[in-house]
Amino acid sequence: MRTIQVEQITQEVAQMCKEAAYYLPEDVYEALKKGRETEESPVGRDVLDQIIKNSEIARSEDRPICQDTGMTIVFVEIGQDLHIEGGSLNDAINAGVAKGYTEGFLRKSVVAEPLFDRKNTQNNTPAIIYTEVVPGDKLKIEIEPKGFGSENKSGIKMLVPADGVEGVKKAVMEIILHASCNPCPPMVIGVGIGGTMDKAAYYSKRALLRPLTVRNAHPQYAALEEELLEMVNKTGIGPQLGGTTSALAVNIEWGPTHIAGLPVAVTICCHATRHSKRVL
Amino acid sequence: MAEKIRITTPLTEEKSRKLKAGDSVLISGVIYSARDAAHKVMTEALARGEKLPIDWHDQIVYYLGPTPAKPGDPIGSCGPTTAGRMDAYTPTMLEQGIKGMIGKGSRTPEVIESMKKNGTTYFAAVGGAAAFIAKSVKKYEVIAYPELGPEALAALTVEDFPAIVVIDSEGNNFYEIGQKPYRKL
Repeated sequence: MRTIQVEQITQEVAQMCKEAAYYLPEDVYEALKKGRETEESPVGRDVLDQIIKNSEIARSEDRPICQDTGMTIVFVEIGQDLHIEGGSLNDAINAGVAKGYTEGFLRKSVVAEPLFDRKNTQNNTPAIIYTEVVPGDKLKIEIEPKGFGSENKSGIKMLVPADGVEGVKKAVMEIILHASCNPCPPMVIGVGIGGTMDKAAYYSKRALLRPLTVRNAHPQYAALEEELLEMVNKTGIGPQLGGTTSALAVNIEWGPTHIAGLPVAVTICCHATRHSKRVL
Repeated sequence: MAEKIRITTPLTEEKSRKLKAGDSVLISGVIYSARDAAHKVMTEALARGEKLPIDWHDQIVYYLGPTPAKPGDPIGSCGPTTAGRMDAYTPTMLEQGIKGMIGKGSRTPEVIESMKKNGTTYFAAVGGAAAFIAKSVKKYEVIAYPELGPEALAALTVEDFPAIVVIDSEGNNFYEIGQKPYRKL
């Protein structure tokens, strides 16, 4: 059986936290540049120029793209033939988050308890960790630091089967129009359809990991992604101060659901759609 | 885009009332950062009849929680946070004499009414342009509430800090004006 030491996981996670905070993924950068070319509003073009310049500064000087370096969401796939040695996997991941956020001069934005004390944990832990066991002997880790300016504008609707495709479009657009200029557009929109309430939300988070140039493998969902993007770009929201580049992409993930249900979750992400990946 | 207007702090009511929604500005001088936790502490202090750590008269508040500075830098990445989260505290704070607010996103009708009454201007900085904006910050000094970490009340010395007037002291709202021509739903 293959083994992996927890220290290695901690080191990799620390590095990934820094990379995600500093280096905007290439596909997001290209989508911003494409948006700049087609943006109709002069103010919108100015905003996009600043956003593009910002990501270039962040990349070349190893600086956080945004001061909100997020709550760290970690997606883990563990091969069932892999043995993790030297401690607990979750502890190793959290130690990596603490190390990365401290060494990388990232902002610590996590409070231990949400309602009464709201005391900052001072090292951005704990991370939100989703673990799946899969065949094989590899360990795949994906990091998605999630800013809360956009997270606060995300939402979920529990539709019923009769609502159908039109209902899904209406639900997504209601959430987007309510979000409006607030979540630092141009947005990247993750949509989760199906499952239970919580599973739909999970799908919507996972959807943000997919490159913006890749459409859903299922042709009907791919067409829906394109139609929704077109609708969002007709809202006028634009790059914060109005315009035609309201979103860079709509990514849908879907899964089986109950005969009585049609959950739809929308995770809105800002233009700083950050992530990093390792297969160990 | 039209010519940028240069503003030097303090921002008097007279200067603030001349600014119009859509104006592009470059701000120089000292501005003060405060966000959720500092606003809560300050409004609670006012309710107890206590004095605040700074005199807010004719000052600009920047809704910000920066990343830690790298060695040798005055500040880390420092873009605006969502202003709407401060709305519950804002009318109370504007009564303290604040004439400018820098943030991002929409405000409540109560805030806009208080802005009209007090002659306050709301500026937006580009959300998520935090490394770019950091280039205009020359000094960062914590003034009060250091225990709040990135949420501490701090003085920022800025040069040509880029912003746009989104809501002016007459209540004109550039978020609405700017979106309208491109809304084709």
